[in-house]
Formats: sequence, C-alpha cells, structure tokens
Amino acid sequence: MRPRLAGLELAHPILNGSGTYDAIAAHRAFGDALLERFPFSAYVSKTITLEPRAGNPPPRLYETPAGLINSIGLPNKGLDGYLADDLPELARLPVPLITNVMGATAGELAALVEAVDARAEIAAIELNVSCPNVKTGLDIGADPRELEAVVAQIRPLTAKPLIVKLTPNTADVPAAAAAAEAAGADAVSLINTLRAYAPHPRAPDRSWLGARTGGLSGPAVRAVALAQVRAVAQRVAIPVIGMGGVQSGRHAADLLAAGATAVAVGTESFRDAAAGTRIQHELSDLFAKSGDNAAATRSV
Amino acid sequence: MSRRTLAPFGRRALEVTGRRELGAYVVLEVADPGGPAPRPGQFFMLAATEGWGGGEDERPFLPRAFSVLRARPGRLEFMLEDVGPGTARLCALSPGDAIWATGPLGLGFAAPEDDRRALLCGGGVGTAPLAIWQDELLAAARPAPALLGFRDAAHAAGAALLANPRVATDDGSVGHQGLVTDLLVAALDEDEHATVYACGPPPMLEAVRALCAERGVPAQLALEAGMACGFGACFGCVVPTRDGGYVRICVDGPVLDAAALAEVPAH
Repeated sequence: MRPRLAGLELAHPILNGSGTYDAIAAHRAFGDALLERFPFSAYVSKTITLEPRAGNPPPRLYETPAGLINSIGLPNKGLDGYLADDLPELARLPVPLITNVMGATAGELAALVEAVDARAEIAAIELNVSCPNVKTGLDIGADPRELEAVVAQIRPLTAKPLIVKLTPNTADVPAAAAAAEAAGADAVSLINTLRAYAPHPRAPDRSWLGARTGGLSGPAVRAVALAQVRAVAQRVAIPVIGMGGVQSGRHAADLLAAGATAVAVGTESFRDAAAGTRIQHELSDLFAKSGDNAAATRSV
Repeated sequence: MSRRTLAPFGRRALEVTGRRELGAYVVLEVADPGGPAPRPGQFFMLAATEGWGGGEDERPFLPRAFSVLRARPGRLEFMLEDVGPGTARLCALSPGDAIWATGPLGLGFAAPEDDRRALLCGGGVGTAPLAIWQDELLAAARPAPALLGFRDAAHAAGAALLANPRVATDDGSVGHQGLVTDLLVAALDEDEHATVYACGPPPMLEAVRALCAERGVPAQLALEAGMACGFGACFGCVVPTRDGGYVRICVDGPVLDAAALAEVPAH
C-alpha cells in the first residue's frame, strides 16, 4: 500500500515520530547501510526552533513499566544551523523530508515557516504545538481557539503540506484536531508524549529528571493512542498520522483500523534502529495474508 | 587507527556461548559470527531476547549499554554486575540463550600522543573497557599499567581481568585501602608524562578529571549514562561541556577528552 498523505505519496505507511530518530547521528553509527535500508517512508526532523537550544539538564530519561519518560528539551541548532548544517545531510536520505518546527510567538512561527517554505528539499512542514503560550503558560495546542488562530496565521505563508502535531495533554483532542482542520491544516499527527513524572529512586520527594517533568512514550501509551486517534479520525476529514507505542505490524494495523492514514514509530526505534523496516514488513504480510486492508485490521 | 568501527544496521540476535562468575561480576561471552571488530572503548546495546520485561517494576524495557570487555574474531565478552532489572536479567542468561545486540557503537580510545605512557584507571565495572585497551597496548609493545578500585574483595575479583593491576578497595580487604585516585596521584607523582584512560562511576571520573586538569595531564574518560538507544536518536545521555552545551555520550563518546568537559555529573 502506498498511502497518500497531504499531497505526499509514500512508499509505505511507516514514518518516524519527530525527535525519535537523528538520521545524521545514525549515519555516523551505521554508515551508508542506513541510507540503503532507510526504515521510514518519510523522515520527520526533530523540532527546530528559531534560536538554538541546548536542551534540558540531565538526567533526561527514566524507564517505566513498558515505557520511557523523556525530558530532552528540544535541543537543536536553531533554524540557521538546521538549514546550513543539517538539511544538506538530510537531503541525502532516500525519502521525502518533513521538517518539524515550534515557535512561542506568531513572529517566530512565521519566520520558521517562511524559511522552511523556501527550501525545495523539504516536502512538508509539521507544527509542534506543544509549546507554552508565554502569557498563559498553557500549550498552544491545548486550546482549540488559540490553535486555530496560530494555524490560520501561518497557513498563508506556505504552499507545502502543513501537518499539525497535536498535544494529548488536553481535555478535548478531537476539538483541537477540528480547529487545526478549520484553519487549513492538511493533516494532523498524534499522539505526542503524555505528561509524566519520575520520582527519584533514592529521594522520592523530588524528581529524577533534571527538568522535573517529561513525556511518556512506548507501549505504555498505546491504548491511549488508539483511543485518541480513533476519536480524531471520526471528527476530521484530513489524514491522520497515528503513533504511540507501535512495536509491530499488528500495532500499526490497529492504528490504521482506528482511522490513521500512516503510522509513526518512535520509542521502538530506540530498541532497534531498524524496527521501522520490520514493522513495515509485518504490516505488509498482514495485508498480503488477508487480501485486503480492511480484513487485516481488527476491531478494538 | 579509526576510533569508530561502524555497527551493522539494526539489532542482531547473538548466542550466549559462555558465562563465568568473577566475584561480584558475571562475564558473558557471546558469538558474533562475521561481526566487526570493535575498537577499545566502544560499546553495545544489549537485551535478552526472552523475558525482557516483567521483572522488578515490570522492567526492563530498553536495552542496556555495555562496554566491550574483550573481543576476538567472532566472539565478544561483556562484564556485568547485577544492579537492576536489566543487568539482573542479563546476568541470569546461560549458554544457548540469545541476546539482542546493537554495536559496536560510539567512539573508542585514542592512542597516547607525545611519547606519553598510557595509565589506565578503572573503578568497579568500569574495568571492562580498560581490559580490551590494555590488550591492544600490550600487543603493540606499549606499557599499560593499570590502577583499579573496587568496593570490597568480592568486587576486586574483577581485577583479574587486567594484567598486573595495582588495586585499591574501599574496605582495604585487597590492596590499598582507599580510592583508586590515591593510586593515580602516586603514579603521576612518579611520572606525569602520561595519558590517563579512565572508566568508572561518575564521582571517580570527576575526581580523575579534576586531578588531571590541575596537573595538565591529558585524560580520556569513558563515560556511562542511562541510554535509550545508543546511536544518537534519543538525546538522553548528555554530559555538559566547557562551552556551555551538551554532548551525547553515545555518539560523541563514550570516550571523551576530559578537557572538553565542564564536569562529570553525579546522578
């Protein structure tokens, strides 16, 4: 199956989740085998901000039952560093590039989107709206009205497909998805990590994490992802990229059955750099055995 | 010689071919037919293929990072200490069991420059990468004296993994009573024209870093940190640098030039 996603035709339904696969670092570790056997049908960059960010103080990771809390803090070289240093390397990947951006103000977002729009190597833009509003402290993506206003502001700045990465940390995720759609988003992606806390193993009154809180991912969130993807897909007409704890072709098929057009893999790539390929093959085998996509999926 | 051997892409299943206990440690030998030769200081991400999960607190979930202890064609050895659900599961493996392995990963040790002698300094399970490094130095007819620190006699059994080590224990049950950095001070007092290669717990590495910085002695530190992936994907295993940023231990290290680090943080 070759899904069409917001104007992109993908070779298969498996992408990476933003911030879960540094293709440049992976190339240093694995060499050209990474390019020859690239596990994803499109590459989503980590979040790029206007200014460079060093990221959060360590510790940044905490293993949970069937999951991982991360508190990385979006380290990146900033827009100029990304365009000058990273983009030429990422352009060597054999798949379309989706650049994920985050801005705290309308001005920042406009600068990011205009700069990314100007680069032909980039096929699509994903907007990370898990960014606190400087006035309210709430994530932009948590308030459907604010989300709609932000997406509407940047929509005219690019003709590239615009994907909104929704936050799961809000009361009404389908309402946020509908707001993104109303403002002109071409697709939505979910779920981002669930806000989580990790007690220090030797001092339970304080956090293990350097930045105190983090986001939970991995199999622990899979059932939540299925519920949110299902609810969002029922609410909007634009394509949905589903993710959350996918470890197998079966899990990917479940998200497709819930209404997703494509599926992203994140934490499972940490356990196996080539997991995306295995999951894609398992998914393909499920479809081949069943004869059609609908029969390969089961109700949840 | 390059400090980085590339890893085959993705994880591979390897068979456990040997397991021996060495005091408080377990040495696991695995077959890696056709696998690349790791550079001393490089590491692997390991997980058991069965029973990975469902242990203490329903863990482990992620693979664990281990420096290569020794390597010969088609064989790898790792030094383990049971300190949590991941290492407990790996320590319980028997010959015939299988592990998932990704590696070799990261950047290994660099040879000493300016005719300096190598001085190896290890603490606890941090002994592991110094064994493969000492093998290579001795094979090249370079002296490679080793200083090792352990908690007690059960752990000091790990000193047998290196040739002619000087040993310190916290409780004095073997060798010098005190810290391995006491031995390092004495060795540098004798001859400062050395490059120090150190691996051990963060407070020990921080002491080595500060000591070497004070004396202007070059030092290469093999760091460890909780890692999710081992190949730069998760950005979890960072250490602060002198320029105010962070580097990832897994792809920029695990062997880092001590002079580049602001400190080795203790968690």
